[in-house]
Amino acid sequence: MDKQITREIVTNGLWKQNPGLVQLLGLCPILAISTNLINAVSLGLATILVMLLANLGVAALRNFIPYEVRIPVFILIIASLVTVVDLAFNAWLHGLYLVLGIFIPLIVTNCIVLARVEAFAAKNDIVHSSLDGLAQGAGLLAVLAALGAMREVVGSGTLFSGIDLLVDGATPLLLFGEHYPGFLLAILPPGAFFALGLLIALRNWIEGRAAARRQRAAAVVPTPEAGTA
Amino acid sequence: MSAEHTAGATSLRSAGVMLAFALAFTMMMATTYRFTRPHIEAAREAEKMKLIDAVLPPGRYDNQLLDDVVELGPTPALGLRQGGRVYRARRGGADAALIVEATAPDGYGGRIELLVAVGADDRLAGVRATAHAETPGLGDYIDPRKDRNKKAPWIEQFRGRAAKPATVLALRKDGGELDYRVGATISARAVAGAVARALGWTLSHDTRLYAAPAGSRYQP
Repeated sequence: MDKQITREIVTNGLWKQNPGLVQLLGLCPILAISTNLINAVSLGLATILVMLLANLGVAALRNFIPYEVRIPVFILIIASLVTVVDLAFNAWLHGLYLVLGIFIPLIVTNCIVLARVEAFAAKNDIVHSSLDGLAQGAGLLAVLAALGAMREVVGSGTLFSGIDLLVDGATPLLLFGEHYPGFLLAILPPGAFFALGLLIALRNWIEGRAAARRQRAAAVVPTPEAGTA
Repeated sequence: MSAEHTAGATSLRSAGVMLAFALAFTMMMATTYRFTRPHIEAAREAEKMKLIDAVLPPGRYDNQLLDDVVELGPTPALGLRQGGRVYRARRGGADAALIVEATAPDGYGGRIELLVAVGADDRLAGVRATAHAETPGLGDYIDPRKDRNKKAPWIEQFRGRAAKPATVLALRKDGGELDYRVGATISARAVAGAVARALGWTLSHDTRLYAAPAGSRYQP
């Protein structure tokens, strides 16, 4: 596998084309489920799994899918995979299944899955497509985790609440003591928009600084033509 | 003529491919369903048992609770629109407790589903909210999983209370004995009202509920 392409796929998924911060796809689950870190990470992991399997499946079958009916076939593949993941969560991670509820089946409608399948997996081989699914999913997971942690800490003053659904006997951290009054707005839907806005602003700020530094570096180093002119 | 012919052939081919994909993936889902079904049923039972354990300690009965069930039709006194269930706990053959499904119709976020355990001593053994949509961080303290006070969750106040005097199962604000959180009275009041109604209904039907054949539909 070409190292250059691999690097590009990974940096695209995690930073340059991050699905949550740049492409802004899949906002419905991002905003709805990121009320705490555990929920957010769990849905992120389920989404990674679906994206990996969907990209893998479509890349493997891409030569058998007629161009005219590719979208319905993609949807069929994604919906079947989500159903399988949903059943698996229900069977083996039942506590989490109850928390995530409707949002597992709703991964089908998460535009990011179909977007990656159509934009990448339909045109690339299995290995690169799987990597793309993983990288894009990981990018989404990172945004979900950051949002979930921000909203949970500010909104309820805890971290890892609900971890007992995953690990028996584990208890969440109480950051500001038992009497923290909570900040309701952070947990309600508007809080999700504010937090996502802050994250996007942060990303753009970092990008802007990097671009400015590149520009300065380019200006300082004189080109040979500039020297003679 | 020939272009039309190819278009027909293409759509026929597309339809065939889609049919093949639909069949293959339906088969995949069916296989997964068959394979996961026993696990899902076991997980559901375990989840239900966990809730039942929370309202009635396992030491208070020795029968197969999930099999000793009476089905209820729509019961307005319990807030049940679709019907529900009563689990009967017995110990050494003697009546120990009834666990009744009830609903508070007037929560801040709609209906609050409850599980109410009434002991044979006519006292509440425990109450749990099994499903609700109360405001996160505000009214959801009725659910001990969301209650920030882990040592003495709000809903534990019901444990051991009797139906008399009639004002016991009401909030302090309404002249009763139950605490509540300022700013989130509606959720607590809805639960208290539903529990009081469920307790009253259960006490006036308990002899017949204990006696009804297991699995039968209760005729009030």
